[in-house]
Amino acid sequence: MNETSSVSKGCFVFKSASRKRKRQGVDGYMGDGSDDNGKDRFRICQDLRETVQQHTEVLQDQLNKKVLDDLVQFIKKHELCNSSDVRRQGAREIPTAALMLGVNVPDHTMTFRSLCNLLQESVTPFVVSLHAKGCATVKFLIQRVLEQLMGRGMALDEEQDDETALHLNTQCSIGDLCQWYNSVKIRPHRILERSIKPEVKNNGLYWSLPIVVIFKDFEAFNLQALQDFILICSQYTQELPLIFIFGIATSPITIQHRLPHSVSSLLCIEVFHSLSCTQHLACVFDKLILTSKFPFKLSSRVIQVLIGIFLYHDFSVQSFVKGLQLSMLEHFNSQPLSVLCCKKQEALLRAKTLSQKNVERIRHLPSFMRYVETQEPQDQVLLLTSDEHVKEVCQKLLKNLHKYHKNYYPILQCLYSLTSLLPKCPMGKHIRELHVTCNEKNVWEMEEYHSAMQLLRILAKDELVAALRECAGILKSANTKKMQNVLKQVDEFVVRLEELDNLHTEDLPGDDVACSRKDIQRRTDLHYLQKSLLEKESRKTRKMSSFEILRNEVLQYIDELVREYLTPAELQPLSEVCYYSSSGVLRQRLNAAPRTSIQAALSHPFHYLQNEALKTNDGTVSSNAPDLCIIYKLHLECGRLINLYDWLEAFVTVSSATEDKEADSEEYNKPKNLKNACFIQAVSEMEFLGFVKSTKQKTDHVARLTWGGC
Amino acid sequence: MQCAGYPEDKLRSLADRLPCRETQVTTLLSLMGEPDQYSYPSIFIYGHRATGKSHVVFSVMKDLELPYTFVDCVECVSPALLFHRVLLAFFGPDAAASLPRCPSLSDFVRLYKQMSSKTPATQTRFIILDRAERTRDMDFSLLPALLRLQELVSDNVTVILLSQVVWEKFRPNTGCFEPLLFHFPDYNKADLVQILSRDHHPSYTPELYASYINILLGVFFSVCRDLRELRHLAALNFPKFCEPLEKGEAKESDIHKLWRNIEPHLQRAMQTVYLREVSSMQWKEQQMDEKETTTPRGLSAHAHIELPYYSKFLLIAAYLASFNPARTDRRFFLKSHGKIKKTNFLKKHEKTSNHLLGPKPFPLDRLLAIFYSVVDSRVAPTASIFSQIMSLVSLQLLTQIGHDDQLDAPKYKCAVSMDFILAISRTVNFDAVKYLYDFL
Ligand SMILES: Nc1ncnc2c1ncn2[C@@H]1O[C@H](COP(=O)(O)OP(=O)(O)O)[C@@H](O)[C@H]1O
Ligand SMILES: [Mg+2]
Repeated sequence: MNETSSVSKGCFVFKSASRKRKRQGVDGYMGDGSDDNGKDRFRICQDLRETVQQHTEVLQDQLNKKVLDDLVQFIKKHELCNSSDVRRQGAREIPTAALMLGVNVPDHTMTFRSLCNLLQESVTPFVVSLHAKGCATVKFLIQRVLEQLMGRGMALDEEQDDETALHLNTQCSIGDLCQWYNSVKIRPHRILERSIKPEVKNNGLYWSLPIVVIFKDFEAFNLQALQDFILICSQYTQELPLIFIFGIATSPITIQHRLPHSVSSLLCIEVFHSLSCTQHLACVFDKLILTSKFPFKLSSRVIQVLIGIFLYHDFSVQSFVKGLQLSMLEHFNSQPLSVLCCKKQEALLRAKTLSQKNVERIRHLPSFMRYVETQEPQDQVLLLTSDEHVKEVCQKLLKNLHKYHKNYYPILQCLYSLTSLLPKCPMGKHIRELHVTCNEKNVWEMEEYHSAMQLLRILAKDELVAALRECAGILKSANTKKMQNVLKQVDEFVVRLEELDNLHTEDLPGDDVACSRKDIQRRTDLHYLQKSLLEKESRKTRKMSSFEILRNEVLQYIDELVREYLTPAELQPLSEVCYYSSSGVLRQRLNAAPRTSIQAALSHPFHYLQNEALKTNDGTVSSNAPDLCIIYKLHLECGRLINLYDWLEAFVTVSSATEDKEADSEEYNKPKNLKNACFIQAVSEMEFLGFVKSTKQKTDHVARLTWGGC
Repeated sequence: MQCAGYPEDKLRSLADRLPCRETQVTTLLSLMGEPDQYSYPSIFIYGHRATGKSHVVFSVMKDLELPYTFVDCVECVSPALLFHRVLLAFFGPDAAASLPRCPSLSDFVRLYKQMSSKTPATQTRFIILDRAERTRDMDFSLLPALLRLQELVSDNVTVILLSQVVWEKFRPNTGCFEPLLFHFPDYNKADLVQILSRDHHPSYTPELYASYINILLGVFFSVCRDLRELRHLAALNFPKFCEPLEKGEAKESDIHKLWRNIEPHLQRAMQTVYLREVSSMQWKEQQMDEKETTTPRGLSAHAHIELPYYSKFLLIAAYLASFNPARTDRRFFLKSHGKIKKTNFLKKHEKTSNHLLGPKPFPLDRLLAIFYSVVDSRVAPTASIFSQIMSLVSLQLLTQIGHDDQLDAPKYKCAVSMDFILAISRTVNFDAVKYLYDFL
């Protein structure tokens, strides 16, 4: 049977079972047959997609490392206690880890997968992970546990016949599990031998290998089932070293809300926090978007759509990455020139061999046209006439584009490290906000930029030095010549600032002019700030300390950098090759609006059917439209109750409107019964779609249900 | 303690191991009669948690080596497991294996009869059902049948039911055979001291341990009389009690000094470990390195939940829908409610606050209508809004009323507290109190 996963009520997604089909028809994908680059684009896209996937997985593993290690530590600790410590106590508490995962449920799968792998590698082969869906009662819950443990055990052990499996179906109790555990004890499996490190064995702890039960979605579990399961397990703490892990999406307090004291007193609960989803997103953003490693880029609009979905709807990093991959697919599919969107060398090669069609396409790119306009007249003529020349220029422009990216990101990070120091973060709390603004328009023309610069102008010295040092750190990893020069300059500034210290220690009184950041934060109200700024202006005219002069020089330099490197990407010639910008399409794809599309389909049948005969002026419906559309249109004009007979009459009139003109057509001779049947069918479809329903108030009427209609 | 038919030394050791339960043991033994005599068909033993019901019955059975089977009914997810256990204990695995796949009660009775005619009981057989209240949820005929099992299988067998629930809550309305009722009273303070003092530490004198127990009960007796819990707490905090002794700062006779040392510690324990805010493991670790004064944050310290923006508004809308009467929606959410005066719709004849009555169910349409009017921007009714509602349900922040495959006009209830909603609305700059009918 197919697993169904509900997106909303009554809407199920059936994931295609086979992924092989995709590989077969590569040629058919991306573009019409006439375009010879379809294959290439598909390959580039596929490669990129996979790299992105790998990067996210590696990243997630890195980010989860700490909490997972903590969990393993926790289990090992209890394992030790269990083998050495007091067994005399009647009922031992069951060690339980409450793993806080946040409400971004789609991301949990990956965390649990790595947790399972880690546990099986380093702690115990006996790991069970449970989903609330299959565990509606204790019976099923226990069954799942036994299946996963003993099923695995049996698979490892070939000698065993499937008699046990039969046994398993008829009755399963934790008692059986005990027996099984003891039998595994006596007759160790080969697999176990292999997977357990020898030193553990020698310690004689070999056989206290714990059984870890993971409840993936704690909140969704049936309360009674869970409580009973815990009660039963607590009876077997002597024989079975059980350890629970609760995957909790909300907050640890739900444990106390959902389990009564008599049950929660059987558990020894410790809380573990995983990384919050916003931090996770920030990391993903850094690694996948704010980097020149990937040739594929998102425009600021698209980024806003993706971030919006994340912040407003689901908090899911997984779906953010999925959105990124989808935009890749869309880009490579819809933009033939995306064949140039790859590594620099490869792109240059391809630019040399551009087809004539593609050259023509390049000429039509807005950014390229803008570029042409800036050229000398004879150059312009050449660009418009000679294909070879366009190819040459294209290579140059591609090189520039790559260079632009290599310089853009380090400078962006530097600017962020400076502005994030300021109170209230005028340029945005996250680097993604800064990135979006820089990408959208000339950042140096913005109000916020000016106020940020003004605030930077009153930074205290030690803070300025610290910020510059940070910038130097960022620039070190950027390896273009220009950035190296910038680095040199920044280093020089740092040195000069430090020298000031030694030279003019007596000048220090001037330092109180520069109020420290804490000072600013204390009195953040704008009024005060403005006043102090004005004060400073006036003082500046009086006398500027050498520090102030230098500080101005530094900021002047930074401003120059921003103006040079943080230009909007759109203005770069050929930016359309790398940038995906159809935010509307993406929004439609990712944030589907079923109601809107049903309404569109019914009121504008041409929108989906693309049949010329259906094209109409606004508001009217063609008589050739499907019956359902006509019916729908008519019902919009009715009140809350619709008289069926009137409706039928109207329907017959509209649908036979054309036939009046060509009276001899066979349509005209259609028996009345057929019309009635069409009507009835259309009405029942309306009912099925949820627009009308029959009412008991009047038998020959139906009630309108449309949203907001009544 | 004397009872005919049982070896005297065993009885003595039994009495020794079960302090404060002598009368119960004697009564039980006299109810059971001599081993080979028929006993009363069914005995119902009730009493609060940790009053020693299971412990006493189990010890008696085990020490006197009677044929018995002890079944915890929580474990019996189906009657089949119960039958299996009984047959296994009395007649061996072969008998148990011959049970059909889904045995009915009559299968069990037939098989039992068949087996017992081969090996008739020489001593009374005992079937002990712990947490017997669970049998009520199984087959309705199971309990009446078990109560007169002796008669049904014509064998010398007695069923002992143990439960925390009184018999009145068991009696089926069709009537049944009445078992003998037998109450285990709660332990009083002196009893508890006597029982707990018995597991003293080998390296310290019993007197010291007894005084420790006295101090412990002085703190905890008013909130907890659960023997099991007290024993757990005693074991957990004893190392701390002994600390001054280990360090040589006090002598065993300095009870007052020891008391001063342990009392605040126990008070703290009452607010943390006892409530399971802090796990016993963490508590123990914390005791080890006493320099670290920072207590690990308890479970309830992190009540905050991060939610996506629209989920917050959905939750707020759900809360408003749950606690406002539907007819007041016009007043709160219509932009120009104009003439409708406060007094007109403030029919305060329902004096009780809606918050005292708890959340009321509301249909999906109303939730969405309120949602669209409270959220500050235009939101398209996209699929993600609907899936967000479903995820709120699966996080138990909303509960769905009725069956969850009812697709047509589902109803929900808001399942979070006022404080939670206020905290959430603060993060989105929404004044929820202004929209609540109760706070007008
Ligand atoms: N009289 C007693 N002497 C010693 N230990 C006792 C006594 N009564 C109860 N206990 C202990 O208290 C714990 C709880 O008793 P239990 O019989 O399980 O309670 P109940 O079944 O009534 O809930 C057991 O671990 C048992 O060892
Ligand atoms: Mg009991």
